[in-house]
Amino acid sequence: MKKEISFTLNNETIEVEADPKWTLLYLLREVLEMTGTKEGCGAGECGACTVIVDGKAVDSCLYPVMEIEGKSVETIEGVALSDGTLHPLQQAFIENNGVQCGYCTSGMIMSAKALLDKKPDPTEAEIRLAISGNICRCTGYVQIVESVQQAVNMKK
Amino acid sequence: MTNHCKNYKYTAETYSALGETMTDFLHIGKNVPRTAEIDKVTGRAVYIDELKRPGMLYGKILYSRYAHARIKSINTEKAKKLPGVRAVITGYDIPDVRVGFLNDQTVLKRDLVRQYRDEVAAAAAITPEIAEEALKLIEVEYEPLPGIFDPIEAMKPDAPLIHELDARGRPLRSNILPLPWKFSAGDIEKARKESAYIVTDNVTTTWINQCCMGTSGCVAEFDSNNNLTFFSQTNVIFGGKGRIATYLSNIGLKGKKIRVLNPVVGGSFGTKLDTDIYEFICIQLALKTRKPVKIKFSREEEFAALPPRQPTIFTIEQGCDKDGRLTFRKVEAILDNGAYTSWGATTPSVMMLPISSMYRVPNVSFNATCVYTNNIYSQAMRGYGNPQAAFAVETSMDSLAEAAGIDPAEFRLINRNHPGDVTPMELKITTCPLEECITTVKEKIKWDEKWGKRNGRGVGMASLIHVAGGARVYLSDGTGIRIKIDENGEVYVLSGSTDQGQGSPTVIAQIVAEATGFNPEDVNIVFGDTDIGLWDAGTHASRHTFVAGNAAIRAGEKAKTQVLELAVQYIPQMVKRALKRQKKKNPDFKEPELDYTMIDSPEKLDIKNRMIFPKEAPDHPYFRIEASQVLTGALHVGNGESKAVVAEVFWDPPTKMLNAEMKGNYSLTYAFGTTGVEVEVDRETGEVKILNLVSAHDVGRAINPALVKGQIYGAIYTGVGFGLTEQVQVVEGKVMNPNFRDYKILTANDYIPVEAVIIEDPDPSGPYGAKGIGEPGLVPTAPAIANAIYDAIGIRIRDLPITPEKVLAAIKAKEGIV
Repeated sequence: MKKEISFTLNNETIEVEADPKWTLLYLLREVLEMTGTKEGCGAGECGACTVIVDGKAVDSCLYPVMEIEGKSVETIEGVALSDGTLHPLQQAFIENNGVQCGYCTSGMIMSAKALLDKKPDPTEAEIRLAISGNICRCTGYVQIVESVQQAVNMKK
Repeated sequence: MTNHCKNYKYTAETYSALGETMTDFLHIGKNVPRTAEIDKVTGRAVYIDELKRPGMLYGKILYSRYAHARIKSINTEKAKKLPGVRAVITGYDIPDVRVGFLNDQTVLKRDLVRQYRDEVAAAAAITPEIAEEALKLIEVEYEPLPGIFDPIEAMKPDAPLIHELDARGRPLRSNILPLPWKFSAGDIEKARKESAYIVTDNVTTTWINQCCMGTSGCVAEFDSNNNLTFFSQTNVIFGGKGRIATYLSNIGLKGKKIRVLNPVVGGSFGTKLDTDIYEFICIQLALKTRKPVKIKFSREEEFAALPPRQPTIFTIEQGCDKDGRLTFRKVEAILDNGAYTSWGATTPSVMMLPISSMYRVPNVSFNATCVYTNNIYSQAMRGYGNPQAAFAVETSMDSLAEAAGIDPAEFRLINRNHPGDVTPMELKITTCPLEECITTVKEKIKWDEKWGKRNGRGVGMASLIHVAGGARVYLSDGTGIRIKIDENGEVYVLSGSTDQGQGSPTVIAQIVAEATGFNPEDVNIVFGDTDIGLWDAGTHASRHTFVAGNAAIRAGEKAKTQVLELAVQYIPQMVKRALKRQKKKNPDFKEPELDYTMIDSPEKLDIKNRMIFPKEAPDHPYFRIEASQVLTGALHVGNGESKAVVAEVFWDPPTKMLNAEMKGNYSLTYAFGTTGVEVEVDRETGEVKILNLVSAHDVGRAINPALVKGQIYGAIYTGVGFGLTEQVQVVEGKVMNPNFRDYKILTANDYIPVEAVIIEDPDPSGPYGAKGIGEPGLVPTAPAIANAIYDAIGIRIRDLPITPEKVLAAIKAKEGIV
């Protein structure tokens, strides 16, 4: 049985009928057609589906949709400014080869953003820990970490 | 970074490929950002996951419940009745047509299943969930049969046959595949007698999943003429199209048009080389339902139903003389092919590369046997057979160095390849900075200070040779590039190649910009469309930058010449018109005396940053003109003589297929490299910690150093996984760890300090001197780690992955505690 839920999605209030069986990922991808958030494993093991809920990076593939009631959700679609200006993280990923196949990129940027929102000047170890739930097969993480570090410097 | 040209004779052809001067590049060697892929950072990129067509259905596949069984009955009636289901098919509903590299399987299996991933039935429904539900309603009755899971057992003459008939229906007598992997050069027996030191080792490697972050999938759609549009992740769009054409022809749809289109691809690493069974199933469901159908794998399917890198058992024997010069190398390999055959069975053609040609070794013998078992079948993975063979060769090199009493780094320097060498496999080595790779690693890893201490810390190294100038595995190793330059100065590159994330949209844009005189941001590349692109052998074998780059330079130069010819024709009139206008506006204007001979032939002109100018006066106030003005002028002429700029080049490197003796120069150049590792081994837990890893690579020339390093870093991490953590656990044919919880790939928190060193020694045949670099980083990583572990604790583990359990067991065995 579907129930109405209300939450904030990328700074906009959303009201939507949701089935309690859905995950947040299902709502985003299949109902709202916001497909920037990826499903890499569906089991909370790869981090491709990472979004930010109330400031915290979470695996949306495990997140029960009913629990977003009243909360604030940020996805990759809301990271750039509405005029298309990229967030420093997005800019840095493009400039530092932090993106290759790109499948992990949305989740990677969301995990990094959740960190930078809380801690604008993190150490390399903190960056590595923050993205340790996001698996990437292409990059060896080196240039992803460098991208996050560049974004930190761009924001300074 | 070093930047030098070794003593190499450059031909006219070479100069054309390298550009006029070797260092005066505007775009080559620059870290041009990946702006072409901006959609990947904003979430807008359309992977197969997002691809939707009107009325599209979702297909799901039912796999076997046994590794080996006879199918007694299949009942799909209940599944068909489920609301929302549009089709349920079994092997009885589709033509009994064989597919695959050796045509040794059917699309849906109806009599016998030979592996757990055998596809038994498939359903298409309006949602993926309903299709999944339908599978549960399919009733299959099996009669389980005993399976063979050990290739050694399967090779025995009395072993039950996995396949009783071959593709043509002729009886088979053995589980050994009829493939010609025998190589011999020189005289092993004689060399053995003349050797001062000989070592023999047994080495094993295991199943590795490619772990693309985007799982497999496709969309098949037929139009009313039964022409097929196939959205596929393949990195061989024309090869894939050919296989599908053959299949369609065999099921009665001969001559139908097929368009293969790539969505954005979430990684490949070998998985997109062959056409997989799910793709044929998708085509069948689309035919049956007359609707577009998508099949998209779950992560579990990606692990359990997609062919991994195959396990190999090596026996390697090597000898050297008293001075440490290699005398011979003899390798026997047994590959567990699994139940059917894909490209995995051809990996010995690349194993041969390090076995015959890594270091100077005059006498070589190599035999590889691929054996059918009831395990999951295997295919290609980044590096092809090279990482496996390099693990055997490079760990054995260390053993032999020790037997000869020579420092392993010195041993490698003694035996290193040299420019101009022709190897026993008849590979022609062109540029070869291997010495520099080894010495760079030695220095950076502090080899002389750290090696030989046996104090729980150790250093090890290994080197690589890999194809870097294309790889002639098909009769054509060519790539076609078509370039059009529109009137507004936008440069469109229509490529028959694919991009699976390596960065080709940026690298090819740099190459085309350099060759045409336009800028990388002017260049837009269309990849992955068989209707638009010229034929391409595929984005595999680290060949794309090399082969497509060579084609792109040549096509770019042709397009540039066309622009300059138009400039010769139109600039004088444009200038004269402008002067006339000036005069009209200002009667006092004094017309300058212009020397039009400085722009009267294309050779006298050049283009840089999209500006056309006379070479003798680059800043000429009248003759320096924006190229788009000339292009517009040439198009809008109003007299029936308008011209547009379009150029195309199909380039096939002058290489050879391997001959019957498995010899031949199958790549135009080869890449070398060396990886050095420092490890610390915990004697209590058996854990291996990588303290430092330096990887020096001969890249010819780095077109985009950041992207080159990205290839090296990524490959190294996969190599560390191959060495220490990764294994698809296959127990009696069943994949036991089909998830990232139990299949351990490294995370950002498994911090490995990695330094990638780019060694530049521009190759005369490469595009601006570049060599391929997609695979090399993976190759020497695992043996370098194994060698470092030996240096740390005196224990040699030759069975990958080197897990803490194995290390601990070996420590205990050595200390006599069992």
